[in-house]
Amino acid sequence: MADHAVVADDEVDLSRRKFLTSATIATGAVGVAFTAVPFIESWSPSESARAQGAPVELDISKVDPGQMTVAVWRKTPIYVVRRTPEMVAQVSGHDPQLKDPKSDDSDQPPYAKNTLRSRTEEYLVLIGVCTHLGCLPKQRFAQGELYPSWPGGFFCPCHGSRFDLAGRVFDGSPASTNLRVPPYSYPNPRTLRVGEDEKGVA
Amino acid sequence: MAMKTASGAPAAMPAGTTPQARTGFWAWLNKRLPVEEFITTQMTGYLAPKNFNIWYFFGSLALAVLVLQLLSGIYLTMFYKVGEASSFDSVEYIMREVDYGWLIRYLHSTGASAFFIVVYLHMYRALLYGSYRAPRELLWLIGMAVYLALMAEAFMGYVLPWGNMSFWGAQVIVNLFGTIPAIGPGLVEWIRGDYAIADATVNRFFAMHVALLPIALLLLVVLHLAALHEVGSNNPDGIEIKEKLGPDGKPLDGIPFHPYYTVKDLVGVGVFFVLFAIVVFFVPTLGGLFLESPNFEPANPLSTPEHIAPAWYFTPYYAILRAVPNQRLGALLLLLAVMLFLFLPWLDRSPVKSMRYKGWLSRTALALFTVAVLVLGYLGLQPATGLYVVLARIFAVVYFAYFLLMPIYTRLDPVKPVPERVTYHAH
Amino acid sequence: MRTDSGGRRRRDAWAAARCGCSLLATALVALVLTQATARAAEEAAGANEPKKFGADWQSWHANTNVTDMPSVQRGARNFASYCLGCHGLKYERWSRLASDLAIPTDLLQKELLPPGDKATDYILTTMPSKDAEVWFGKAPPDLTLMARARGTNYLYQYLKTFYADPSRQTGVDNLRFPSTAMPDVLSELSGVKRAVFHDVMVKGEGGQFMHQQVFDHFESLAPGRLSDSEYDGFVRDTVNFLDYVGEPAQAERRALGVWVVLFLLVFTWLAWLVKREYWKDVH
Repeated sequence: MADHAVVADDEVDLSRRKFLTSATIATGAVGVAFTAVPFIESWSPSESARAQGAPVELDISKVDPGQMTVAVWRKTPIYVVRRTPEMVAQVSGHDPQLKDPKSDDSDQPPYAKNTLRSRTEEYLVLIGVCTHLGCLPKQRFAQGELYPSWPGGFFCPCHGSRFDLAGRVFDGSPASTNLRVPPYSYPNPRTLRVGEDEKGVA
Repeated sequence: MAMKTASGAPAAMPAGTTPQARTGFWAWLNKRLPVEEFITTQMTGYLAPKNFNIWYFFGSLALAVLVLQLLSGIYLTMFYKVGEASSFDSVEYIMREVDYGWLIRYLHSTGASAFFIVVYLHMYRALLYGSYRAPRELLWLIGMAVYLALMAEAFMGYVLPWGNMSFWGAQVIVNLFGTIPAIGPGLVEWIRGDYAIADATVNRFFAMHVALLPIALLLLVVLHLAALHEVGSNNPDGIEIKEKLGPDGKPLDGIPFHPYYTVKDLVGVGVFFVLFAIVVFFVPTLGGLFLESPNFEPANPLSTPEHIAPAWYFTPYYAILRAVPNQRLGALLLLLAVMLFLFLPWLDRSPVKSMRYKGWLSRTALALFTVAVLVLGYLGLQPATGLYVVLARIFAVVYFAYFLLMPIYTRLDPVKPVPERVTYHAH
Repeated sequence: MRTDSGGRRRRDAWAAARCGCSLLATALVALVLTQATARAAEEAAGANEPKKFGADWQSWHANTNVTDMPSVQRGARNFASYCLGCHGLKYERWSRLASDLAIPTDLLQKELLPPGDKATDYILTTMPSKDAEVWFGKAPPDLTLMARARGTNYLYQYLKTFYADPSRQTGVDNLRFPSTAMPDVLSELSGVKRAVFHDVMVKGEGGQFMHQQVFDHFESLAPGRLSDSEYDGFVRDTVNFLDYVGEPAQAERRALGVWVVLFLLVFTWLAWLVKREYWKDVH
């Protein structure tokens, strides 16, 4: 009698077998997903990166009216422009030439979703990185500096994108969104704190 | 699904092997890569003896730990900064500043010790059941190559954290090569790349630990499995299942590896990881056995730890080394202690393979050997003074006697008759 | 295990044990009472002698518990006040300390953070290591990993076994770490004590007998600002803090471990059920 080692039994066992196997595979899959978490999380910025990326404070009373100073936050340049009343006026009057005058498609915190793209009239805080491919735009604040109708703003030398004195992008630029605004706040009137606002540390 | 042969007797059709018509993607794939063929010959069609017991879990567990070490190791490489000035600090960076870095580190450090526990038990199975005997001599030799590569891998890995024990352990072991006549001292300097264990040393150990040896290990494991599948597995009774074939030409006592041993090994993996997780999460240093206390201080060439001891998995050999009063002879005996394993297939002259049917001489020899290894392991952790040295010498003799006297006692041994078929109780 | 005789045997055994137990108990009580009376008499007689203690110092245990948050917080404060002047914790950030020990930012700024340091800075000592080497013979080691390198019992014993030794430059020595370069910076809290040794003949390596000084007990010379139990609490808190700082993730590790082991147990049980099911096929 050919007594083989393996003899398959009847139907009932098969459904139990299927159920148990599925349950085990499902549990195993959950286990694998949970095991993946620490490995994936380990790629997040480490404590060191987060420490180096901590909020940065500037004494903005040292910036002269009409001047721009550059701070560094999370290894990126932050443009801080102290706009004169004339420069504030230069922000209006050319909305039809802008791609995103209301900043609907652009990236900024809620308090910068306005014409001046800032919390206060006087100070403009922008991430100084062109929204096209990442070059650093240069300041061209004087009216008529680039061409007669130029209201003043920023010009990116890499591919010619132009932004006004609120960082909004002009038609004809390769860039399609306005210059980004970082989270920031004023702990006191003389100090600008980039990287922290009402929502906490970015 | 009740499968029956023409005679009405149940056929040995295990679940999941119904030949499927190849359609669509599966057909496209199999025309270009022998995937289905691999599954049917190496998994569902590879027959293993049905009487595997607990000793047969450790092969698949070794594979599981290898995967674990590769995964955790690759991740550590993403954050570790090799170099005399940065290694130690980067390990603390991983422990404190990388999200879950502590977990990845402990997985790797515990995994290293777990690898040796599993591999030693895996090798012990071979001693119990004669798995190194013909026709499995090459399988055994390849396994020994895996073991040697593993020891090199572990040794180099231990230097990388650049703690004080990393430094001094490396210093001692590398100096051993200095005992080789004539070329010794030059060889030591060549290995180190400097006049002492230094930046050059840790850098090259890193390259070997991360790239060279893992590749070698993977190749050797593939060869190991190929050699196994060529001759088929041994079993606790030490009889060849291929000698009792059924009318279909398949071993009567064989069962398809998949699904029977895949599901059984899954349980083994589960139990293993429960124990593993208990260590990783609750006692990762295991009282200084898995992570030595002196290694929490940075390497200091001017200050030796009180007790220099290698990691626990090397201590039996270390005890043998120190038992010999002559440095050169000690190093030679250490080498011999490892290498003697290679000769087992030819030292064992017993007419039977498995300890189940060997006589009292072989059983006593193995029992003494086991005690000797455990005692030597303990002694390797202690300072080499007084009674410890005496005991180390006695048990070193026992250790060598197991191998060197084997041709004699396995021939004199009164053996028991082996059964025709494997002994199996349904479970 | 069901026969009556078995039951009777067990009952008899328990009765005998109880009988014996009460006899034993009475004996024990008598013993304790006589000892207590003897000790009381002894204490009354020796009330004016300096306190003797410390003979069992090698069995003192730190018994740290890093989940005792108030203790670890006190230890952090102790460290900042008494240790940070010389010893750094260079792998730990102030911000990590504050977050793990629930120290609010303003408290951190006011009480702990050295002036000029940012919260994200590493906890560094102000002592320049080169000067320290000249003053003490060796730079005071960084203590971040000391609890892992030497153990908490070692640290506890170290801080409690300083004794006066006028022959040394620092004026003190230590039982746990003889010839330590560290002065007894906590003596204002612990008080000053001297160590009494007794002479013992010991067989040397070569077989010859020689004299050896073996520690016998401490004698208190001057009290500190803290009582014995207060100082003990101070040291325990500080060692507890050092245990935490050696591995800040340890609490999270153990907490996560419970869930992981439970999950794996469930998974293994399921896998075993599958195995048992399939292996019904095998005869």
